[in-house]
Order: sequence, then C-alpha cells, then structure tokens
Amino acid sequence: MNTTPARPETLDAYTREQIDLALAQYQSQPGPLLQVLHAVQQRLRYIPDAAVPIIASALNLSRAEVHGVITFYHYFRRQPPGTHIVRICQAESCQAMRTDALTEHAKKRLGIGFHETTADGRFTLEPVYCLGNCACSPAIMIDDELHGRVTPEKFDALIEEKTRA
Amino acid sequence: MTTTVYVPRDAAALSVGAESVARAIAAEAARRNVSIRLVRNGSRGLQWLEPLVEVTTPQGRVAYGPVGVGDVPSLFESGFLQGAPHALHLGLTEEIPYLKSQQRLTFARVGVIDPVDLDDYLAYDGYAGLRKALEMSPADIVQAVTDSGLRGRGGAAFPTGIKWKTVLDQPAKQKYIACNADEGDSGTFADRMLMEGDPFMLIEGMTIAGIAVGATRGFIYLRVEYPHAHRTLEEAIARAYERGYLGRDILGTGKSFDLEVRLGAGAYICGEETSMLESLEGRRGEVRVRPPLPAIKGLFGQPTVVNNVISLATVPIILHKGAEFYRDFGVGKSRGTIPLQVAGNIKRGGLYERAFGLTLRELLYDFGGGSASGRPIRAVQVGGPLGAYIPASQFDTPIDYEALASIGAMLGHGGVVAFDDTTDMARMARYAMEFCAIESCGKCTPCRIGSTRGVELLDRIMANVEREKNLQLLQELCDTMLHGSLCGLGGMTPYPVQSAIKHFPEDFMRTVQ
Ligand SMILES: Cc1cc2nc3c(=O)[nH]c(=O)nc-3n(C[C@H](O)[C@H](O)[C@H](O)COP(=O)(O)O)c2cc1C
Ligand code: SF4
Ligand code: FES
Repeated sequence: MNTTPARPETLDAYTREQIDLALAQYQSQPGPLLQVLHAVQQRLRYIPDAAVPIIASALNLSRAEVHGVITFYHYFRRQPPGTHIVRICQAESCQAMRTDALTEHAKKRLGIGFHETTADGRFTLEPVYCLGNCACSPAIMIDDELHGRVTPEKFDALIEEKTRA
Repeated sequence: MTTTVYVPRDAAALSVGAESVARAIAAEAARRNVSIRLVRNGSRGLQWLEPLVEVTTPQGRVAYGPVGVGDVPSLFESGFLQGAPHALHLGLTEEIPYLKSQQRLTFARVGVIDPVDLDDYLAYDGYAGLRKALEMSPADIVQAVTDSGLRGRGGAAFPTGIKWKTVLDQPAKQKYIACNADEGDSGTFADRMLMEGDPFMLIEGMTIAGIAVGATRGFIYLRVEYPHAHRTLEEAIARAYERGYLGRDILGTGKSFDLEVRLGAGAYICGEETSMLESLEGRRGEVRVRPPLPAIKGLFGQPTVVNNVISLATVPIILHKGAEFYRDFGVGKSRGTIPLQVAGNIKRGGLYERAFGLTLRELLYDFGGGSASGRPIRAVQVGGPLGAYIPASQFDTPIDYEALASIGAMLGHGGVVAFDDTTDMARMARYAMEFCAIESCGKCTPCRIGSTRGVELLDRIMANVEREKNLQLLQELCDTMLHGSLCGLGGMTPYPVQSAIKHFPEDFMRTVQ
C-alpha cells in the first residue's frame, strides 16, 4: 500500500520518523514493548530489523529482548507483506467444513504457499488458527475484513474484487 | 411512522454480507421515500440465519434471514417493514425455537440493543449491578460472587469468588483486573459476540471486580484477530468515560477505575493466564512457574484478578438479581448458565446459552439440526484444541463440568465442534500435535520437543511404518506430556490424541494406498 521502504537494513527518514512516532505514542506506558511493536507494524506494515536497536535503546531493553519478542509472536512480520494479507483459518471447526480444500484452492489460485507473496506483490497468504467465526466455517480474513462460509467461488470473487480495486 | 430496522454489526454477520445488506436497506428506503431508523445491533447468535434482519412491529421484533442484498427490494415490496410474510420471514424473533429454548442471562442483551449506545444499555437494566455493588462492602460483593457458584468460564472452571477473595486479602497498594479476551480455542466465539454485542456489560463487570478487590486499573487482553471487537470496545470505553462510568470518582462515589485494551499478537499460549500477564507486560508469552499465583503476584508483580470475558460479564447479573437467582440455574456443582458455541459441521451453528445439564445430543440434534453435510455426526470436540474427541455413543452425556470430566473430557470455554463421518480422526490427532508444536512457548521439553516427536510418530503410524511399536511410543509420549508439562498446552494436547485413538482405533489402522 503506502510505504515499502527500500531495504530493511537501511532506514530512510520516513521510516525512522514512523518508528519515533510509535515510540512517542507508547513509551511512557508500563510494559510498552508490544504496543510499540504493534504501532510500528501498523504504520509500516512490518517491523524492519533496523528498527530493533532504536526500539531497544528507547525502551532500555537489549536488542536480544526486542528481537526475542518480535520472533515469539506469529503476528509480527520482519518482511514487508503484499498489498493484501489473506489469512485462511486452519483450526478444527474450519477443518470440519473442508478448509483443507479451500486452502488448496487458494494456493493454486494465487500460485503461492503459506507465508509467501505473489510475484505482483498483491497478496500474502498466511494460516491462522481460529477467527472466532466458527459457526460460519470455513472462515478467512483479508486484511481486517472477515469472511465466512467461504467456498472456492466466493474466494475467487473476493480476490477478483481486491485485484480490481 | 418510522420503523426501526436492525442489521447486526457483529463480525460473523458482517462476514456473510451484513454491511452490504444494511446499505441496500438504507438505499431502498430512501428510494421509496420511507423513513426507517437503522440500528446496528449485535448478533442473536443464530449464525446460520445471518445476516438476520429484524423489524419492530406492535407484536414484537420480526425476523428475516438469511438476507442477501438481492432480497432487499422484494422485502420492501412484500411489506417487511410491517412484518409481512416473505420467503425469508421467520416470525417473531423471540419465538424462533433455537432462541426460545435458551435461558439467556449473560447474553440477554446481545443482539437486542445497540451495543455502543449507553442509554440503550441503561434502558435494559445496564449498570444495575454496579449500582448495587456501590452500596455494598467489598467483602459482601466477593461473597455474592462466591455464593452464586460462578466458576471461571475461560476453561479451568475455578470458583471466581474464591479468586477474588485472595486478591481482596492482599494488602498491596496497586492491584489489577486483567480480562482474558484471548479466546484462542477453535469453535469458540462467545467472548467475541459479547464484546461486540454488549461491551458495557464487560466494562461494568470489570468495574465491579475492581471495586470488590480494591483494584483501580484494568486491562482487556484482546486477541489481534478480533479487529471488530477492538473497535466496539474502544468506542464503548470512550463513552463510559464520557458519562462518568469509568475514570476518577465513578458516579460521584469517590471510587476510581481505569480501563484499557491491549492487543495480543497471534500466540495461542497467551490465553494461558501467566503467559498473558507476560505478554501484557510487553514480553514473550512464556508461561510463569506457579506459585506465586497471579492473585498474589500478577501483573507488574501486583495482586491481579485474571478472569475470562464471560466470567466478568456475568458478574453484573449476579449483583443485580442476587446470588441465589444465578445459582438456581444449573446442576450439581455447575451453577448458572453456560453460553455454548456450536460449530463445525453443523446445520444450525451459533450461540446457545442455557443452564448446565443439557445433553450433547439435544444440543447437536434438537437445536443444532444435525450435521451441515446431512451425514451422521461421528465425533465432537468439546473445549477447544486441547479438548477430547467424544464419539456419538457418548452424546447422551449432560453438559456440565463433572459429567464431562467423568468421561475424560472437559467443557473448557464451551465450544462444541461437530465432525461428520468422513473425518479421519488420525489426521485430527496429528493436527492436535502439530498445533501444540506451532504454539508451544518453548519453556519445557515435553511440550516443545514432545509435540514435534508426536507429529513424526503419527506420520509413521498413518504410513503404516512399524505401526504397533509407534502407537506404543505415542502413548508413552502422551503420558510424558501429560505429567511433565508446565501448563495445559503440553499437558492437555494428549486428550484429543488419546481420545481419538481410544474411540476411533480403526482410523489408525487404515491400509495405505
Ligand atoms: C493453553 C491455554 C490456553 C488458554 N486460553 C485461554 C483463553 O483464550 N481465554 C481464557 O479466558 N482462558 C484461557 N485459558 C485459561 C486461563 O489460563 C485462566 O484459567 C483463565 O483466564 C481464568 O479466568 P476464569 O477463571 O474466568 O476462567 C487458557 C489456559 C491454557 C492452559
Ligand atoms: S507446556 Fe508448552 S506452552 Fe506450556 S509452559 Fe511448557 S512449553 Fe510452554
Ligand atoms: S475454527 Fe476457523 S474460525 Fe474458528
């Protein structure tokens, strides 16, 4: 979407500013690291490795601690994702409603596997373990949009819609 | 005359098109020059009927569903604003058997009111519990919660009042209320529906908890997969502050309670309470060794009440209607009502709140309508990914904590996921191990290494490689995980695995093509 910094290891002025803003927003809170990381990812869509030392020194933590937190949580990403993040639920209720078939279909349709991004940079595919939409299984989430009772046809229509937009 | 039309804003309803339906209704009304008041309510929990649209009539609210955008012109044409017949007409909402047979206490307002309208909340007994609590001593509030028999709805079923008493008895200056809204269990969505459909009830429950134990600050640890709930909570919290229901000097009583939402980051283990506390403090969600209990040394080292969304949201009713009122529902040591969540391969999935004691068969067939595929239901998994698989031969088991425990199962957070007879239970067992491997916090070996080893063993068993020997090894591995794990993730993953082997041995003996 808006910003894809050229390289994770070099921080341009814009990226640096976004990190500083995220820090300013939460730095004074108790135990702020997770909130800061959320804010960075919300602004930049991922957490560049070069942000780690900046966050560490601002919060008085070691780089290892910051790095350890980023890698612990599935939600945080260290690489920029595609324009849209497509998450397909893999948990039990969706399995009972054939999410395996839907997942296969999605991988074919997009031509990528989980944790990969399409060549045109439009879509990143991720697994997710329950979206709380289990009575409308199988469920997927595209960015912040939840979809239920997703058939392969419905999936294609959603992808079409995002591709056109 | 202006008719009120309800179209849910609940995430499940939105996931099947409620937003476009709401827009289409507004546009069609404008086109026809009829005035309507469009309310975006929570969901009634009849998910197979979503988007469920309701209109107010002199007889009560009349429901239509599932409504698609294409149905909107014909609904207007046939006079749905007067509750007239139509192919999607379901009659009076409250008379729909699935809803009528429920006993909604915690979910009484969900789907009924506008979730972020504080006046609507007040008009439906909102804050009646807090008003009572403000006239009581802290010890009396805690006693009422104890007397109600309420047990934690997050999974462990620990008596809520006893936990509160421990925190109340700590002399600390700063105490906290931490609401567990991580709702990671597959097949569960009660927390989400409540936060999206009646967020003030959770806010009220947490405020009462704060006043009861002497905590002036609360956190809601919300999973990041719930962006809709996040927005609704933020909106409701802001309004509660504006009107003096949160913050300093609540309703002029001199009591204070501050509340904020903090987001998780996609780690199942952060639903475990000590892992959640670590995460709230901004660290890796590694499970803490107990003791000390969170009630004694919890968030930021201070005494902390950790409770599930449903436990906290149920407190206002207990205070408002009295401990006895609540305790009179239920059976044995399972008092009150339980919001069950019916999901998976089921015709009528949704939220079903009722006093403990209903049998699985009644839930699955009388209300759930059997499988969505029309095939026999072969098994259900109750209580999330760490819950046992229960075969059809045990569907007459009543849904209460003790009855389920007696067949080696657990109720957990109340999720019931149905699987039809095409399900390969060996694959489900493998998935349980794989899930544990993906989500392990890594602190102890039986869980971290054992789960990966379990996946390998199941692969060999399914491929018919030294099957007998590997099944034996798998059982031993399960025993090690059961007894040697620090928390329930490693400690309970054997339940789905061993129950699948026990009840469906044939699935582990298939000939390989
Ligand atoms: C692996 C694991 C995951 C858990 N996930 C949740 C969860 O998502 N939500 C929740 O309320 N409790 C969860 N629990 C239970 C909590 O540890 C804790 O018992 C609960 O939050 C206490 O609140 P309650 O007494 O109101 O149920 C989990 C426990 C374990 C072992
Ligand atoms: S059982 Fe697993 S999740 Fe629990 S503390 Fe041990 S490693 Fe962590
Ligand atoms: S299991 Fe897929 S949404 Fe819950």
